[in-house]
Amino acid sequence: MNNNGAGSSSGSGDASPARRNSKRPKYSRFTQQELPACKPILTPQWVISVFTLVGIIFVPIGVAALLASNDVVEIIDRYDAVCVPQNMTNDKVGYIQNDAIDKTCTRRIKVPKDMNQPIYVYYQLDNFYQNHRRYVKSRNDGQLRDRSKENDTSGCDPEKTTSNGVPIVPCGLIAWSLFNDTYNFTRGNKALTVNTTDISWKSDRDHKFGDDVFPKNFQNGNLTGGKKLDPNKPLSQQEDLIVWMRTAALPTFRKLYGRIEVDLKENDTITVTLKNYYNTYSFSGKKKLVLSTTSWLGGKNNFLGIAYLTVGGLCFFLATTFTVVYLVKPRKLGDPSYLSWNRNTGGH
Amino acid sequence: MFGCLRRRWSRRRSGSLDRQKASGAGYSRVVHCNDPEIQEDDRPLYPLNAVSTTKYTIANFLPKSLFEQFRRVANLFFLVVACVSFSPLAPYRAVSILLPLVVVVGATMAKEAVEDWRRKKQDIEVNNRKVMVYDGSHAFYQTEWKRLRVGDIVKVEKDQFFPADLVLLSSSHDDGICYVETMNLDGETNLKTKQCLQVTTMLCSDHSFQKFKALIKCEDPNENLYSFVGTMYHEGTQYPLSPQQILLRDSKLRNTQHIYGLVIFTGHDTKVMQNAMDPPSKRSKIEKRMDKIIYILFTSLVLLSSTGSIFFGIQTKQDISDGKFKRWYLRPDKSSVLFDPKGASLAAFCHFLTGLMLFGCFIPISLYISIEIVKVLQSTFINNDQEMYCEESDKPAQARTSNLNEELGQVNTILSDKTGTLTCNLMQFVKCSIAGVAFGSGLTAVEPGLGGLKQYCTFEIEDLPHSPAVSRKTVKGFEIEDPSHSPAVSRKTVKGFNLRDDRLMDGHWVNEPNSDFIQKFFRTLAICHTVVPVIGNKSSEIYYEAESPDEAAFVVAARELGFEFYERTQTSISLHEFDPKIGRDVDRSYTLLNMLHFSSARKRMSVIVRDEEEQLLLFCKGADSAIFENLADDGRLFELETKRHIDEYSEAGLRTLAVAYRKLSEEEYKTWHAEFLMASNAVTADRDEMLDAAAEKIEKDFILLGATAVEDKLQKGVPECINKLAQAGIKIWVLTGDKLETAVKIGFACDLLRKGMRQIVVTLDTPDMNALEKQGRREAFEKASYESIARQLNEAHSQVTVSKEISIPFALIIDGKSLGFALSRNLENLFLDLAIRCASVICCRTSPKQKAMVTRLVKCGTRKTTLAIGDGANDVGMLQEADIGVGISGVEGMQAVMSSDFAIAQFRFLERLLLVHGHWCYRRIAAMFPLLHQDGVQNVFFSWTRIIRWMLNGICSSIIIYFLSTSSILIQAFRHDGKPAGLAELGVTMYTCVICTVNLQMALYLSYFTWIQHLFIWGSILFWFIFLVIYGFFPPAISTTAYLVFIETCFQNPFYWLTALFTVISALLPYFVYSTLQANIFPKYHDIVKRMPSTSSP
Repeated sequence: MNNNGAGSSSGSGDASPARRNSKRPKYSRFTQQELPACKPILTPQWVISVFTLVGIIFVPIGVAALLASNDVVEIIDRYDAVCVPQNMTNDKVGYIQNDAIDKTCTRRIKVPKDMNQPIYVYYQLDNFYQNHRRYVKSRNDGQLRDRSKENDTSGCDPEKTTSNGVPIVPCGLIAWSLFNDTYNFTRGNKALTVNTTDISWKSDRDHKFGDDVFPKNFQNGNLTGGKKLDPNKPLSQQEDLIVWMRTAALPTFRKLYGRIEVDLKENDTITVTLKNYYNTYSFSGKKKLVLSTTSWLGGKNNFLGIAYLTVGGLCFFLATTFTVVYLVKPRKLGDPSYLSWNRNTGGH
Repeated sequence: MFGCLRRRWSRRRSGSLDRQKASGAGYSRVVHCNDPEIQEDDRPLYPLNAVSTTKYTIANFLPKSLFEQFRRVANLFFLVVACVSFSPLAPYRAVSILLPLVVVVGATMAKEAVEDWRRKKQDIEVNNRKVMVYDGSHAFYQTEWKRLRVGDIVKVEKDQFFPADLVLLSSSHDDGICYVETMNLDGETNLKTKQCLQVTTMLCSDHSFQKFKALIKCEDPNENLYSFVGTMYHEGTQYPLSPQQILLRDSKLRNTQHIYGLVIFTGHDTKVMQNAMDPPSKRSKIEKRMDKIIYILFTSLVLLSSTGSIFFGIQTKQDISDGKFKRWYLRPDKSSVLFDPKGASLAAFCHFLTGLMLFGCFIPISLYISIEIVKVLQSTFINNDQEMYCEESDKPAQARTSNLNEELGQVNTILSDKTGTLTCNLMQFVKCSIAGVAFGSGLTAVEPGLGGLKQYCTFEIEDLPHSPAVSRKTVKGFEIEDPSHSPAVSRKTVKGFNLRDDRLMDGHWVNEPNSDFIQKFFRTLAICHTVVPVIGNKSSEIYYEAESPDEAAFVVAARELGFEFYERTQTSISLHEFDPKIGRDVDRSYTLLNMLHFSSARKRMSVIVRDEEEQLLLFCKGADSAIFENLADDGRLFELETKRHIDEYSEAGLRTLAVAYRKLSEEEYKTWHAEFLMASNAVTADRDEMLDAAAEKIEKDFILLGATAVEDKLQKGVPECINKLAQAGIKIWVLTGDKLETAVKIGFACDLLRKGMRQIVVTLDTPDMNALEKQGRREAFEKASYESIARQLNEAHSQVTVSKEISIPFALIIDGKSLGFALSRNLENLFLDLAIRCASVICCRTSPKQKAMVTRLVKCGTRKTTLAIGDGANDVGMLQEADIGVGISGVEGMQAVMSSDFAIAQFRFLERLLLVHGHWCYRRIAAMFPLLHQDGVQNVFFSWTRIIRWMLNGICSSIIIYFLSTSSILIQAFRHDGKPAGLAELGVTMYTCVICTVNLQMALYLSYFTWIQHLFIWGSILFWFIFLVIYGFFPPAISTTAYLVFIETCFQNPFYWLTALFTVISALLPYFVYSTLQANIFPKYHDIVKRMPSTSSP
């Protein structure tokens, strides 16, 4: 452009001494919005590589996860219905609330595959809302941790005090409704010991439950919730309570009961003598006993492996599709002829 | 003792005007000056001179600013939520809602407080400025501005500001003239002359006020800067006061040693304070839409909460049936109101409130403040853009409001002024026609422009505000030094003058046949103006202070041809004149009798002088129509030729004026003068009309001298800018006061009209219409005009619609008269429909009001964003009417800038403002919502479909995150040591997925990565993990469930990492596939364009 007009401004801007108070904006890469920038553009090559890369990463992970899950041997035995005597099946709640009836129940479990120790023993509850807003909050962490705060039962409604006003330790609905079924395992005639220590998180034992806090006035009310605690054992050692108090996220959950520290062989028959105390009949919840080994990925769950394989496969499929589309109908990058004003002039 | 009094006055602004008495409504102010008979206790009913411009006081800051804050719906919502969160209803601790609210509200209030404090400091400084006041007896003493009262006599020194609105009594100049600079009022930097009444001129020393006594009756305080009506009663005589005697507060005394003035308006009564009103706040469309989005979110919040609480109610009710407990572990028998199965409906309602709080994060609390911060940053970017800085005028771009930044990216139609906006408004005298002979030969910028060669002017403005002598802009024109066109003789270039004709230059005009006409012609140019000559302090060179660049060009032209105007007093104008009889320069002085100022109704100005031969002469210059109508029968000698020349000039894109004179007889003048005096003494609102009417009586029987042609060059870069804006799909309308031919030429020169475009001209300037108009039957004429316009519009419309398929671009050109009819209610829709189908629209001969009306029509008719751009006072209406007003801070003062939203120095910067800043601002604002994002003109980025799409994307991502993470973690052991995950572990996993997804989503959406983006995106993710670790180390009393949760349960757990990786990738996949498909298979324009440089750059 012939712009000799601009030149005749006789360099007024360059003659800086004459214009000390210039309002010229100061230069910085930030204010001029000239920061070095990279522009990621979804070019076909790029997209195809991304999909392929995701596929390459995901499929092996999926395979590994699936293998890990298949390595896990898991035995699940639902016992809530079968442990109710024949004559009481119509009144399960009556059965469970009647203390006069013996709650002992015997289950036989066949080991499908060799199980290497440690074998984890879980109880699994169903339709139990440990995440209910009222339930979750019904505890006092200070009281559990610190003996001096024994009488602090705030937030523990409605299990704060006994009927005569003495504070309960540990207070609150969670502790009150502690799971109280017990399991005894025998293989042949030999009893299998279940190690119930070290089943809780270490941080809980060490910092959240005090070793000088002992249960007091627990389960003394007219309505007993769940398990009674040994008043001579500090809370930090009551690991079943600690596990129970770490509330579950969803209404179906497993809690660790203990560990069997012997290997089990295929076709071994294990007899479980259990005390069916815990009332899940009121809210139609299931109770299951679970024996499981673990892999590096934890327990048995095929979902993650399958999901990884699916997404990995999908990415490969997309990569292939894009490649085909790109080869069949190549599109020049940034072809300005696709712009509307080039497609039909004056059309706007 | 003071002898001044302020009588009770009423602030009645409305009501009919009492024309007889000055004490009528609206004209009630009475100011006594030096009247010892008035008692001290009768005062003071007029306010003192202290001003306060602050919004708040210390006492009302808290309530008032809090009230302002909680007028925002979202803030109010959060306040209520915060209050409720102290009740047991709250699902979380009150502090978690209160803290962000306090931060957000506090930050905004702090900003308000700081701004107000700055205003306060300024007020204190102003109120304590010193001024000399007359003590009533003999001397002047110094006092603060705030102590000044109505009726005081003050002495203002050179370069001081006037402390209040004053009536000029006398000045250090003998003739009572003083010069003022009104930069603070209207931004104009040229000096204006003020002149006191003849009767007070002798009050020129401190002692002369002892015997002075006066009473002034004048109008009530009002905001009109350019009008004043009042009368001074002095020694039994009435003297009319006009704006000529009024010195306004905040203007500055220049080039005058000192003045004496009488205070008539103080403090908030002064005109400048009356003007200090908040400009109408324009809210951007995005902000309005944001409100709607908040409502939508609020609705979904309510829906979500109520659905939740219905199910909650049902569940809770079932907890006790027939005395049996269902969920016994909740102890339904000993429940509080919130969970009581016996009062399930109340519990459900409480749960609803809890739900509102729980899902309160739906309403983004920080949205307003984030947007505010983004807007301030954007304004900073605009203000600091070096590419929008005008070197010549030392003016950067200025975003005066930050509200409308993103609107810049959505502009659909630009309505532009021509003079000063597309052109430089630097006038150059290039041609003239005297006594039917055309002089001047150079090619104009427009003419070569048509041939493809474009040349522009540049500004050269010397602005040295601290040296009083040259303390104003000196406007220089620009010389095209094109060897092919410039004459062989190279002369020194003179600003504002480019007449190349050897018949006139160097005194050769004396030899021309009509030399007496030529003499009169240039004499008129040298006398008939309002220019003030200022002698520079270094050289004897004379600078001219002109109200408009046109006038300066005329005086300069006259000087170059030997009629040098060098002195103006109140009663005389003096010239160095070449006298052909003697053959050398002589000084001639003309007694100035009357000055009939330019008015838009008369479209001309005249002066009446008595020359040294005692001859009474009236010189007049004005629009050709205004002169030709009033020619005497013997003055039409050159009418035809002159008309032809004027037409030629305007076709060449030049601005033309006709020049005429007449001789007056003593008798005639005397009778007229009496009449004129009466009109100017009138203290009524319609004095201006009366003056106009009086002027009309003498402005007749002219003898035509000739015509002038002044060139206004195109600004640099205008055609390129218009071209680019047109490419961006933005329509440009030019609204100009110029003649049709001039407008069309300029249209071609700036690429608005192109060859190949079909022009549709709608005009009433046809022989039959003119004949009809001459017959003088108004009704018939109007009816015929209306029909003619309706017919023309209909024809044009069918033409445009028929040829739509062959896609010939059309250009619509319409003149002011026709526009008046086209804007009538019945035709406006037709006109608009026609206009929006045309690629370019030019409206010529438009009045300021028509400009505003057209703007409103476009704005309301198309419902799209309109931008008006202009530089002069006549564009103010248009700028305020448009969605966005852009002012050009050019030569014509600052009024347009004052009422604009953005100010730029040259038109070409508009391209960058709209296409770069506007676009970015828009995208950035639109991307503010985490759920929503994103071509400006079509509002693609913030359209409802997009909003919905982003909302869907958000919902989709959330569903994916929820279900994938819960199904992975499920119930089984999630670690090698057999421990299953609890609430805390699942929570950490899910939230990790959310944080990563949101940030990566942003990364995928972003077009550009600078270190800032990298810092914030990766930083946010990193921050989450750092937070988890640090918070986990807090003692369990504070961190509760988060205690060591990351370190102990998740960090070394492969399952956690695999779940997070998988969930995040899956949540991003739908958006990634969608945008890939869109970019590669159904690309949007911006995708294509984005790739263009990437393929060409290395």
